[in-house]
Amino acid sequence: MAVLVLAEHDLGHLAPATARIVAAAEKLGPVDVLVAGQGVSQVASEAAAIAGVARVLVVESEALGTPEGLVGLLASLSEGYSHIVAAASATGRDAIPRLAAKLDLMPVTDIIAIHGPTRFDRPIYAGNAIETVSSAQDRQLLTIRASAFRPAATGKAAPIEPIQSDAAAVTKFLAAHRTEGDRPDLGAAQIVVAGGVSFGSAEKFALVSELASVLGAAVGATRAAVDAGYAPNDWQVGQTGKIIAPDLYIAIGISGALQHLAGIQGARKIVAINKDPEAPIMKIADYALVGDLFDVVPKLIEGLKR
Amino acid sequence: MKILVAVKRVVDHAVRVRVKADGSGVETANVRMSMNPFDKHAVEAAVRLAEAGVATEIVVVSIGPKQSNDVILTALAMGAHRGLLIETDARVETLAVANLLRAVVAEESPDLVLLGKQAVDDDSNHVGQMLAGLLDWPQATFASEIRVVDGGLEVTREVDYGRATVAVPLPAIVTADLRLNEPRNAALPMVMKARSKPLAVRPVAEFGVDITPRLTIEKVSPPPERPGGKVLGSADELVAALKSEISELEAL
Repeated sequence: MAVLVLAEHDLGHLAPATARIVAAAEKLGPVDVLVAGQGVSQVASEAAAIAGVARVLVVESEALGTPEGLVGLLASLSEGYSHIVAAASATGRDAIPRLAAKLDLMPVTDIIAIHGPTRFDRPIYAGNAIETVSSAQDRQLLTIRASAFRPAATGKAAPIEPIQSDAAAVTKFLAAHRTEGDRPDLGAAQIVVAGGVSFGSAEKFALVSELASVLGAAVGATRAAVDAGYAPNDWQVGQTGKIIAPDLYIAIGISGALQHLAGIQGARKIVAINKDPEAPIMKIADYALVGDLFDVVPKLIEGLKR
Repeated sequence: MKILVAVKRVVDHAVRVRVKADGSGVETANVRMSMNPFDKHAVEAAVRLAEAGVATEIVVVSIGPKQSNDVILTALAMGAHRGLLIETDARVETLAVANLLRAVVAEESPDLVLLGKQAVDDDSNHVGQMLAGLLDWPQATFASEIRVVDGGLEVTREVDYGRATVAVPLPAIVTADLRLNEPRNAALPMVMKARSKPLAVRPVAEFGVDITPRLTIEKVSPPPERPGGKVLGSADELVAALKSEISELEAL
């Protein structure tokens, strides 16, 4: 049976996570991608270009921006699929458990490895343990961590089929509060530069952004830096923030609390700059530099510009 | 407004857990346990609604072994009015938790159910959404602000692009994120007073919910070790290392 992947999109474009979810879902069966929302025709053509996509179903409705609307649609489509898969994003985390309850199924979420159609690995305890679970249910509802999988290639042109939805919503969307800027997407960036609370102020935290600009990198932050107001919430990396797997993670003034490390376990290389040589992050860093960040970071910016 | 708050007893978030050598789970014997941090934000939000004169009664419910009474007492000390422990020593999956909570909602008829967005042991992030699905109620997950407006709620949610504000009618489910508030530490007199508040302990069997797990946990393993790397001596050395890493990336 086929697999239905819920496309992740924002501002009329497909999010990079979707190509990763498709690559993961391909191991489970032929993939249909569902593009649901308003003003999503461009999203549908972007999804159709992903290698491994058999078909794109597209449905336009404002109600699909709400969990009840989206779950109503997913429930109506669920009969035809062995697996319904979403990214472990705000949208996927909102929808899949609600759908699971509607269908009386136990979902498997935040998957980081697929061993077969009904056997998966997922992290627990902030990634300090990995649980291998299997399901004997006849349908699987999953969320997958995009950062754990390489993206599928693009360049295909799967057929796009419009479908109808009578989804209704009681939730009213009032406002989006977006972080301005044209930085790369934190979840998909190859390089991420992140800072901790030791910067001491939002003004000084700008050093992180400056270094990130030199490297064409996304910016991350610890929970403490976000709580202190130095960085917006969507920059938070960790157990309760974004889980990322960049090729290069540069942690500046970050000690490496368990909850933060949970967000970067998939990073290929970790660079840590910290004045405390005993900080936990220094023990796992591929490159560790002991030093004062206000001394080191300007030198890095200068040196990398050269 | 009547509020039901669900709380879970978990391994304290500051404890570094150890995976058991036989792969059957993580070591929880002789480990410090406390209320799931997100649930504390949910309790705090409920107590503030009571202090603001919006909420008239806060019922706090937990599901788990007898010792879960401790986290109910914590919630009562913070200002909740009444507690209910659904007692079981079994492993209870999130779907079963949601079904049990549905039964409690049927008994209590709350206008609002507040929960933490996820428990820091299994990191599932399911129960609020599941309960909303079972009840056909709207859900506002990952809340960083809750306002009562015209008999409904305006909730600001932490989402991938920043924050989003939505309006939901009551009854509704709201799950708490960390920036919702700063939970209070109950003063000693409140802790003493909590012991005299009503706390019912009822066996899970009383609720008529099948809690047989649907998933099999085959094994629990430690994560792959990350060996340490080079300690560099200067910013110049780091610049050189970064340049070589980046040229390697460009070659990929």
